[in-house]
Amino acid sequence: MASPSTHTAHHAPEGFIRKYIFSVDHKVIGIQYYFLGLFSVFLGMSLSLLMRFHMVNPNTVVKWFGTLWPTAAAGGIMTPELYLSLMTMHGTIMVFFVLTTVPQSGFGNYFLPIQIGAEDMAFPVLNMMSFWTTFLALVVMVAAFFVQGGAPLAGWTAYPPLSGAGPLTGPGEGMGQNLWILSIAIFCGASLMGAINFIATTVDLRCKGMTLMRMPLTCWTWLVTAILGLLGFAVLLAAGVLLLLDRTVGTSFFLPAGLYINDHIIADHKGGSPLLWQHLFWFFGHPEVYIAILPGMGVASQLLSTFSRKPIFGYKAMVYAILSIGFLGFLVWGHHMFMSGMNPYSAMAFATLTMCIGVPSAIKTFNWIGTLWGGKIHFTTAMMFALGFVSLFVTGGVSGIFLGQPALDLYFHDTYFVVGHFHMIMGVAAIFGMFAGTFYWFPKMFGKMMNETLGKIHFYCTFIGVYCIFTPMHYAGLAGNPRRYSDFSNVAYLAPVMPLHHFMTYAAYFTASVQLIFLFNLVWSMWKGPKAPVNPWNATTLEWTVPSPPPFDNFAGVHPVVYHGAYEYGVPGAATDFIMQTDPTVVPSSGH
Amino acid sequence: MLLAPIIWVLTVVICYFFIAKTWWFPPPINDHGLAYDAQFMRTLVVVGVIFFLAQFALGWVIMKFRNDGGRAQYSHGNNKLETLWTSATAILFLGLVVMGTKIWAGVHFDEAPPDAIPIEVMAKQFAFNFRYAGADGKFGHTELRLINDANGDPFGMDPKDPAGKDDIISASLKIPVGKPIKLLLHSRDVIHNFFVPELRMKQDIVPGMEIPLHFQADKIGVYEVPCSELCGLGHFQMHTTMQVMSEADFEQWKATQLANK
Repeated sequence: MASPSTHTAHHAPEGFIRKYIFSVDHKVIGIQYYFLGLFSVFLGMSLSLLMRFHMVNPNTVVKWFGTLWPTAAAGGIMTPELYLSLMTMHGTIMVFFVLTTVPQSGFGNYFLPIQIGAEDMAFPVLNMMSFWTTFLALVVMVAAFFVQGGAPLAGWTAYPPLSGAGPLTGPGEGMGQNLWILSIAIFCGASLMGAINFIATTVDLRCKGMTLMRMPLTCWTWLVTAILGLLGFAVLLAAGVLLLLDRTVGTSFFLPAGLYINDHIIADHKGGSPLLWQHLFWFFGHPEVYIAILPGMGVASQLLSTFSRKPIFGYKAMVYAILSIGFLGFLVWGHHMFMSGMNPYSAMAFATLTMCIGVPSAIKTFNWIGTLWGGKIHFTTAMMFALGFVSLFVTGGVSGIFLGQPALDLYFHDTYFVVGHFHMIMGVAAIFGMFAGTFYWFPKMFGKMMNETLGKIHFYCTFIGVYCIFTPMHYAGLAGNPRRYSDFSNVAYLAPVMPLHHFMTYAAYFTASVQLIFLFNLVWSMWKGPKAPVNPWNATTLEWTVPSPPPFDNFAGVHPVVYHGAYEYGVPGAATDFIMQTDPTVVPSSGH
Repeated sequence: MLLAPIIWVLTVVICYFFIAKTWWFPPPINDHGLAYDAQFMRTLVVVGVIFFLAQFALGWVIMKFRNDGGRAQYSHGNNKLETLWTSATAILFLGLVVMGTKIWAGVHFDEAPPDAIPIEVMAKQFAFNFRYAGADGKFGHTELRLINDANGDPFGMDPKDPAGKDDIISASLKIPVGKPIKLLLHSRDVIHNFFVPELRMKQDIVPGMEIPLHFQADKIGVYEVPCSELCGLGHFQMHTTMQVMSEADFEQWKATQLANK
């Protein structure tokens, strides 16, 4: 652990641009990431609404579709290729620019340094570059909508040859797909910079007394997520470059010989393997699931302990669970490929490891309930979202026990059962983690309190809403409903499933519209919310020892010293029901 | 606290539709399908119990441990409990995988029986085609440059190869009931997927690879085959049928096809 004094203090910058635009302050950068994610989540959600509309009204004329997309929705009827573009962009924007960005780069950037007692990230300039590179990636991604042929239609997984053989495979597979790959490659670069920064910061900049086993669980999840990002995004970057080379200079990493596409013999490619892409993609893609959900687990742990006024149940077990999820997360990518044509014997290995990764996830759930057990629960909006997170995590997790078995995947692969599963766990559970983090940390970030009444209305509507959208997908999957269909009328056995799709579409409209309550609460509270005290939740971690919002160097020149673990609530004999990490009071019965 | 009853109601409603089977698998048409359904039900019971208990417990602690003043219990956890539930979930989860192994092995580790009827599948944007070898049991030679979709030949059959003279090409899959079938899956452009819900079986069709898939169907009928891997703008329309016929009807069908060739 480096002593804090070796870290050169930098001075608060002057002027609007250095302070708010090209800022090196981790707090400003965290907020920038948060708003980038907020823009992206509303964009991604709008795309999903258009998709849900089209699935149940494939032939309805909507005039403004024709205005917005004169070719892809000529006459106001959305074409199947437009549907697939929306689907591809929805998935990509949500996974990369929301789920990867907000929990880690947003909250992590803002709170990791403060929670470990550092005055900034290890590499502030790299941090700024990382954000602006992410921003560039988003611009390039959105630009794919506006080029000839429109956005790509190969899905967020971009399997070649569909994504690799050029415009012959379909509209959007020309410049649109190139921009998509370019954007992902830029995003990978940004994420690598961020990951290095997070790891270096956690390893080097912890203040005196902040041993690893005293770190808040949020810091553990940010650290492990950064390690996953470092290893995963490096591989995705390489894969993206290879795919771009296949498309532009005629290499054949992923394209085999003997292709005959759209009445054309493809003579200039041979020897490549479509499965190679899938291996590289999922080597990143599975850890990506944990990149999205681990920080949410950290936030949930932090909040469940704080608001039940109890130490976290089994801190060490939680840390080991986070570490084993991180490790095993790299060994299970093949469960996305049971039906891909890879060696069927390897499926058994991937299935066994997949079930192993279910164990630490189950440990975490048990420990969350153990934390609540015997607590004195304060039902703040932040806590409601943390509780909602646990419920959704269970629901989204257990369906994985079906999908992790190759035998059962023989039917469920690429059905709506999968869509329901991953939306529950890495979609809405992760987003509930973000909502929880927002309500919990908003007072620190903006110096104001959010409105609790609006918060609770928004919570209840969203909680019921997401269950209504994503549970029926599992039933549709049971009936064998294939995913990525823009229209179900060609498959006769899907007729009984259509009422479910109508229900899901209405549920999506409802859930999307109540997000405006959140948006209003966020913006309104920023200006008009009551002033936030230093420690509104009586929490123990270091961010609650500094003013709301904190000064430029976080601790105003003071070097904090830590004496306890992060979850000393309800200590018998203590003056208050919480002991700050910086409080020198001796806690005799504390384990760590 | 409103949240607890909401969690309970959602849990009960979710479980209800799994028990009522409102939306469900079509009936299976072979032994593999029966074994599949048994494994699914085993998993459903395990998962259902875990799901119900976990959600019920969550609701219960929310109800029971509301803040009513005073201090919470001070505890950092319990190692014995920790060990207990770790090993319990590990045994349960791994047990399920082991129990499903036989089903997977039946599809992928076991070779097709030697008398299985070989049928070559050619998937393309956005159609399936099936080729039968004819009486000589040999598929004729094919070449990309000979492909003629308009003429009903998506394989590119070489007219000079005598082995191909009696080959039959069909846009839908016709098979005899109760006979082992061996599909040889090919794609000529992008990745597609062969899926028959009643067979409880699915396999990606990958260009550049020949992937075998064997099964038999024991019930006469017509079953839908929707493409189940994203293959482009017509993915939702890529659809054919698998018709399971009596052996006599199957022979009759082949004879008619050959006569009309």
